[in-house]
Amino acid sequence: MSLDYSKDMVQFTKEPKLVELDNLISKPMDTNPSRKYFIALAFTSSLMFLGFLCIGYTFYFGIGAWGNNQTIAWGFGITNFVFWVGIAHAGTLISAILYLLRQRWRNAIARFAEAMTIFAVICAGLFPIIHTGRPWLAGYLIPYPNSMNLWPNFISPLDWDVFAVSTYFTVSLLFWYLGLVPDFAILRDRAKDRIKKLIYTFFSLGWRHSNRHWRDYEKAYMVFAGLATPLVLSVHTVVSFDFAAAILPGWHSTIFPPYFVAGAIFSGFAMVVTALVVMRKVFDMENIITLNHLEKMNKIILLTGSMVGYAYLMEAFISWYSGVPTEQYVAVNRAFGNYAWAYWTTVSCNVFFPQFFWFKKVRRSIPLMFIVVLLVNVGMWFERYVIIVSSLHRDFLPSSWTYFTPSVIDFGILIGSFGLFFTLVLIFTRTMPVIAMSEIKGIVEGAQPSHDGGAH
Amino acid sequence: MARSNNLHSVAAIFDTPNKIIKAAEKVRDEGYNKFDVNTPYPLHGMDKAMGLSSSKVGFVTLFCGLFGGSFILLFMWWTLAKNYQLFIGGKPFFALPAFIPITFEITVLIGAVSTFIALIAVFFKLPFNNHPLHDTDYMKTVSVDKYGIYITTEDPKFDKEKIISLFKSLGAVSTDLIYLPKQEKFSMFNLKFVLFLIFVAAGTSGSTYLLLNKLMYITPFDWMEFQEKYTPQETSLFFGDRRSMRTPVDGTVAKGFIPYPYKGIANPTEVLSNPTIPTEDLLKMGKKKYLTFCSPCHGNFAEGDSRLNGQFPNGPTLHSDKIIKYSDGMLYHIITNGQNAMPAYDLQITRHERWAIVDYIRVLQRAKNAKNSDLVEIKKESTTNGQ
Ligand code: HEC
Repeated sequence: MSLDYSKDMVQFTKEPKLVELDNLISKPMDTNPSRKYFIALAFTSSLMFLGFLCIGYTFYFGIGAWGNNQTIAWGFGITNFVFWVGIAHAGTLISAILYLLRQRWRNAIARFAEAMTIFAVICAGLFPIIHTGRPWLAGYLIPYPNSMNLWPNFISPLDWDVFAVSTYFTVSLLFWYLGLVPDFAILRDRAKDRIKKLIYTFFSLGWRHSNRHWRDYEKAYMVFAGLATPLVLSVHTVVSFDFAAAILPGWHSTIFPPYFVAGAIFSGFAMVVTALVVMRKVFDMENIITLNHLEKMNKIILLTGSMVGYAYLMEAFISWYSGVPTEQYVAVNRAFGNYAWAYWTTVSCNVFFPQFFWFKKVRRSIPLMFIVVLLVNVGMWFERYVIIVSSLHRDFLPSSWTYFTPSVIDFGILIGSFGLFFTLVLIFTRTMPVIAMSEIKGIVEGAQPSHDGGAH
Repeated sequence: MARSNNLHSVAAIFDTPNKIIKAAEKVRDEGYNKFDVNTPYPLHGMDKAMGLSSSKVGFVTLFCGLFGGSFILLFMWWTLAKNYQLFIGGKPFFALPAFIPITFEITVLIGAVSTFIALIAVFFKLPFNNHPLHDTDYMKTVSVDKYGIYITTEDPKFDKEKIISLFKSLGAVSTDLIYLPKQEKFSMFNLKFVLFLIFVAAGTSGSTYLLLNKLMYITPFDWMEFQEKYTPQETSLFFGDRRSMRTPVDGTVAKGFIPYPYKGIANPTEVLSNPTIPTEDLLKMGKKKYLTFCSPCHGNFAEGDSRLNGQFPNGPTLHSDKIIKYSDGMLYHIITNGQNAMPAYDLQITRHERWAIVDYIRVLQRAKNAKNSDLVEIKKESTTNGQ
């Protein structure tokens, strides 16, 4: 398969040899982790166990342990779900859409972003299951001929969610694993330790770098990218249907699907930049994941952030333009009501601060971009919070109007999901190559044959 | 891996992409076809150099994806529109737009999973950890930064010396002879293996037992079996009389059970008058109730032909002169109050239904004693109905 790898940017700050690349990327797997790593792991896994404790508490005492009430039935659970699904989208965008767009720079960050996709979907999938309070009944969501002759309601957006998220997880996992197979083979061939070799042999499936395999492999990679591209768009569209298909003012809106997809990519890229900034430093990969990569991602953050800002404006405009009093009330109430603090946090973090990325200096400065992306992470969480809570807390029956106060357990589970995510990321960085070795080798200067004396 | 003396292939290592492409072209041109190239990453133009056609894996995705999509669409139609219809706000059982999201997701899911399985199992024929190339220096070099080519002994034109000199002439860094691994045999009754099987069996059955018999009965997995409430007949520690079921306040009237004031009185005929108008609907209802409640003892046409075969005193015929002469109120009273062996029906049959039964009994009685004038009446009716 011939891809048009037109030269677009310098991939490496200094051109490395292939062996050096291998050595550098597999260093975390060849050496013993440092004390700092264990401290970090201890920290994140304690957060994770805190979250599990809170989840156990919820199961034992019921959903009453959360801040949810009759009016605001979704609260933190669904906010976290939408937040994490959104984070996941960046990985697929980088691995699939940028692949189809022939963006070579994706190679350096694709593996890590895909891993983040998988972990974020794991975190996301947790919430719809636990927010029912009886997660062991989740099996009924799968259409199988059971003794009660009970089928899922296939026309409910909540059921679409089940299919969308589980398909997304499966496809992302297969896509990721497909990319990992050749790298596992590399690790297998360089492993000295017997156990390590056994594990990598198992996962590499006996890959031989054969060109007869590469041919099908590249085609399959293309097919997967082609499947994952509409899939990633559909997943957040379906998630937005959870809201848009309801008749609640503030939710019932046709702008939701594109608005959610843009927001998802926005928050996902912010999370990827957050993690990459730390990771490239810790593992000395500044020459592979360069400032150029980060700058490109910051540009995408700027673009999607502006799209999200446009959506906020449009929401307000449409509620005025529609002439529906309840819609207008909700829009005004969002900006100036009980949840004004959350709304303006959202707007400033998502629309205002990313605008600093218009300046090249900010785009290329590690500390500044780190601050901005952290703010974006916060803002995108609050965006979902505002959508869910502020729309629900004033429903059609004024006697049930109320305010949402999260409980300690709510916060525990939110923190726990971050703990789970970063624990998985930390384990991943030590067990698998964080950069796709066989992909990155293919784009090193001189790695490809020069046809007819260099003419491509 | 222990090696045997049987040759598998002759391999050569090249150090630049250009050389390996040349080598592959040359080998193909020489007429070899059981050869393969191993490169650490896919090389552009190698498929052409080796003379490979383009990959067919896309067809798997296409067919399986289409199959998955149409299957789930049919399946959803069958479950929601055929097998178990769900009434949701009067919406149609099957309206295509609402089924598109899942159809799409399943198309992608089946397409991706089948592509993956086909790729690994059919196209790659993996897992294959016994391949002679594994664990050779050749493999370890090509997986890092060199480019290798090998021709197997299966090739009809295979000739060891000729191939080595061909590789050398193409500028190979080194050539290698790769031998087949020794066949290893594993016995079924290897102690370790048997112990492993026993361990797995014990583990599986133990955890299944714990899951189904213990875990499912621990809060919160116990399906809310234990709740903070009284079950019927339970002792109460709260009330003085130790009864959790409270008796109603004196004079409480259950809904629909207005007390009957003539309970036990012999003949309250004068006060009870029939409040109903015998419309066709009412008579139909009366018939239904009569067949349900009265016919077992009094017969389908009230002729006293009980179906009970003597297990209970036969109900008498309701066509006797005595009963024809009874007032409607008397019949109502007998149903409500019972009479001798006949039980009271005030709890099973509502007041309205009781009057409907009375009206229906009158119909039966009239039918038994029809006069000629009735026939004239019926004829008139059927002609007006156009029959
Ligand atoms: C369990 C069997 C049974 C059922 C069911 C039953 N009856 Fe009777 N019925 C009897 C018997 C036995 C008698 C005779 C009572 C007696 O000796 O006075 C009787 C007597 C009567 C009489 C009085 C007859 C008379 O000669 O005094 C009437 C009227 C009557 N039944 C109507 C009904 C109607 C209407 C129903 C349906 C609501 C009904 N019965 C259901 C067993 C039954």
